[in-house]
Amino acid sequence: MQAIGVILYLVLAPVVGALLDGIDRKVSARMQGRQGPPLLQPFYDLGKLFTKQMLAVNSVQMLLNLSYLIFLAVAGSLLFAGEDLLMSLFMLSTADMFLVMGASSDSSPFSTLGAGREMIQIMAYEPMTLLLAVGFYLATGSFQAGDIVSQPVSAVVTMPGFLLGLLFIMNIKLRKSPFDLSTSHHAHQEIVKGLTTEMAGPTLAVMSIAEYYEMTMMLGLVGLFFVNSSPVSWPLAVLACLAAFFLETLWDNASARVKWRTVLDGCWVVTLLTGGLNGLILMLVR
Amino acid sequence: MEVIPVLIAWPALAAVLLALVRQPKARGIVVYAAAAGMMLLALALLGSWLSGGGQAMLLAPESVYTEYADLAMLVGEFVLMALIVALSIRHRKYPVILLSVGQTLLVAWSEISLPVEKTTHMRVDGLAMLLCLIAAFVGGFICIYAVGYMKAYHEHHTEYTDRSSFFFSMLFLFLAAMFGLVLSENLVWMYFFWEVTSVVSFLLIGYTRTEEAVNNSFRALWMNLLGGCGFAVAIVYMAATQGRVELTAVVSSGAAVPVALLAFAALTKSAQLPFSSWLLGAMVAPTPSSALLHSATMVKAGVYLLIRLSPALAGTAGGVMVSFIGGFTFLAASMMAIAQNDGKKVLAFSTISNLGLIVACAGIGEEETVWAAVLLMIFHSVAKSMLFQAVGAIENSLGTRDIEAMHGLLLRLPTLSYIMGIGIAGMYLAPFGMLISKWVALKSFVDAGNFLLVVFLAYGSATTMLYWTKWLSKLVSLHHTKEPVTDKTHRDQYLSMFVHAGATLCLCLLFPLVSARVVDPIVRTLFGSAHEVLSMNVLTTMVIMLVSVLFVPTLMFVLTRATHRDYVPIYMGGANVGDNTYFVNSYGEPEHLYLSNWYLRFEFGMRRLMRPAVIVSAGVIVVMLCMIIGGAV
Repeated sequence: MQAIGVILYLVLAPVVGALLDGIDRKVSARMQGRQGPPLLQPFYDLGKLFTKQMLAVNSVQMLLNLSYLIFLAVAGSLLFAGEDLLMSLFMLSTADMFLVMGASSDSSPFSTLGAGREMIQIMAYEPMTLLLAVGFYLATGSFQAGDIVSQPVSAVVTMPGFLLGLLFIMNIKLRKSPFDLSTSHHAHQEIVKGLTTEMAGPTLAVMSIAEYYEMTMMLGLVGLFFVNSSPVSWPLAVLACLAAFFLETLWDNASARVKWRTVLDGCWVVTLLTGGLNGLILMLVR
Repeated sequence: MEVIPVLIAWPALAAVLLALVRQPKARGIVVYAAAAGMMLLALALLGSWLSGGGQAMLLAPESVYTEYADLAMLVGEFVLMALIVALSIRHRKYPVILLSVGQTLLVAWSEISLPVEKTTHMRVDGLAMLLCLIAAFVGGFICIYAVGYMKAYHEHHTEYTDRSSFFFSMLFLFLAAMFGLVLSENLVWMYFFWEVTSVVSFLLIGYTRTEEAVNNSFRALWMNLLGGCGFAVAIVYMAATQGRVELTAVVSSGAAVPVALLAFAALTKSAQLPFSSWLLGAMVAPTPSSALLHSATMVKAGVYLLIRLSPALAGTAGGVMVSFIGGFTFLAASMMAIAQNDGKKVLAFSTISNLGLIVACAGIGEEETVWAAVLLMIFHSVAKSMLFQAVGAIENSLGTRDIEAMHGLLLRLPTLSYIMGIGIAGMYLAPFGMLISKWVALKSFVDAGNFLLVVFLAYGSATTMLYWTKWLSKLVSLHHTKEPVTDKTHRDQYLSMFVHAGATLCLCLLFPLVSARVVDPIVRTLFGSAHEVLSMNVLTTMVIMLVSVLFVPTLMFVLTRATHRDYVPIYMGGANVGDNTYFVNSYGEPEHLYLSNWYLRFEFGMRRLMRPAVIVSAGVIVVMLCMIIGGAV
């Protein structure tokens, strides 16, 4: 069972991520009154990137990006194998560390700026991820994702605050406006794509695939709120994930990028108000 | 067990000898011999303790010898008092005199006029043994490191008078006191060694005799003496009410007042808020003393005492006070570390912050939290002392310890950068020791129903991540500068740093063994029972993580090395002159690229956060102590 979860995640996560990215581009375009690229555009992009010449600014960038990819895959595998949630989230931040180091290793002004902002973003979202694991532990008595999904009642009933908090910080992880500080989709913006400025061809493709793994993992966390022991809950959870993803796209299109200070303050305060309060209540009624 | 007096006397003798040897070469030989002897003696103690069954052993029952020792310590306390009084008068720091005289007279009066039950004076158990090994090995190697460091230090700082003999003498005197402290069962004995460590720390901080150093050393002194006062009152209270002055008697009686006062003393020693400023000021001292006293061992004396007291702290008002202060310090210190660009300051804040986590665990006083506390203590001692040594060596080579100057250090001082990298990774990255302890601590805070600590830990982890990551990313920037740097690190320094790096890696790899063989028995001795803190399941996860962290980058390195790639210059906004270091500015002239880290000074600076943090923590301590002593709870 565990092995199936891991294999499905490892094989399907990039596909799901790329498809979602395609949907996101399409939906965003429609929101802006444009036609938008084809649904499979992310796949064409990846294919093209892999055929490009291997350009690099230093010898370690590819290695660090690949490490980023593998660690995200491990973090997601831990989640989808039903293993310890806290460990999986610790792994997620370790993975991010490799991305930051990859960007810093270039010693280029724009990617260093992006790396600095990425660190601020990690600091902004990390309290929520740790509290989230604690919330699941309080609500279900276990850190194991496997135990969490086999409860009789969905976790969202007792921890709606945590779900709100997760949706808020997920904006950072999906690299959406208003929190897309460290990188942006457009090279003409003030940080010239930030983190990814010095990444080209296959290196950038590796980074994109890693992002797809991350996207799927984040939606997996959303799903964790809805899945319970009854099989009916699984399609419901998928619907909930799609709804969450749509909300993120909507928010992305409805807001402009904010300064790092707003990101940090916003995330920390929202974390305290949603996760903190919800957790406190769970602890008191336990 | 006859080895114990030798173990304490050996470094003390070395201290006397080193004070007399002026010739650097001879001094080096003496230091090596003394450190090696100390390690052998500690191993001998370990051997005899293990062959005796590895149980808690009470030693040194009342006899003529302990009478002499009592008398010698009484004389020693008066000598220390006289020294403090003389130095305070010379530097016009009169309030310190009151603190010193007050507590010395209090303890002396108690010893002479309050009769106590005559029992044992010393105790060897797993925890004491662990602290002895840390002091002997980490301490011994730091002393060896100091041989090379002090040479380079005085080449680099010609403005200070070379008092290396005094410096080494104090290091070994401190180690003698540390052995005495952790092996003492009798509180009066422990108090004597406690005072010796305070005074040695004071003398070492003032090593350079600059105005700043003198002021900082007196700040450290008065804060530690304040804790000493708490210690002294606790002794008098125990002697007057229970007629016993053993640490185990304090724990088993569970008397709230002495437990709280001893915990207060421990908080000052471990530089918890509001007493953190002494440890920050202590960074003016040469690096070996920062590594030894202010990171690896002396500040651990405070958490050692708290771990000893933890069964009596569990679920009491004293425990609430200790765990709150610890958790609060963990968060506040890690936030302030973000705004520092002085490498040693960051290490100091991170030490305070990590000690805070250990203190919080000890304050909860459950088996799991104490397990986490002991494990954190082991990892922190080794990794942090290595980081201090590496920063010291970098400072001697670069002439500065500013983190900004370490941009691209990987290309300039590769060996030292790798050592720093191992240390930093060990301090916060998954799945090294600190993180496992954090995982266990988080779980047990939830189980103990303390949500405030959970919040402190969640936010504190995030801030901890930031200050380490930005330092690490500074080191790995592949930036070619034209300034030549020569590695001035001596062989003695590398010997010590390599041993520390090896030990850190071994601790990570052999972590389940450390947990089962070292930490579990200690918890069992303290609580009488210990269940498995980490299940097999978690251990498997840990192994997966460890394997991936250690092998993925290596594997990727091997894989990507073979791939062909074309190197291109980086994008700089202005035209890249071609060497990734200069770009053409708007006047058409080449401009040097300078990349700075984020420090968020307005948000997380000491100026903004220190005062509120001190007020909050001081308020909590005062209110809680008043409540406990007044008998309200």
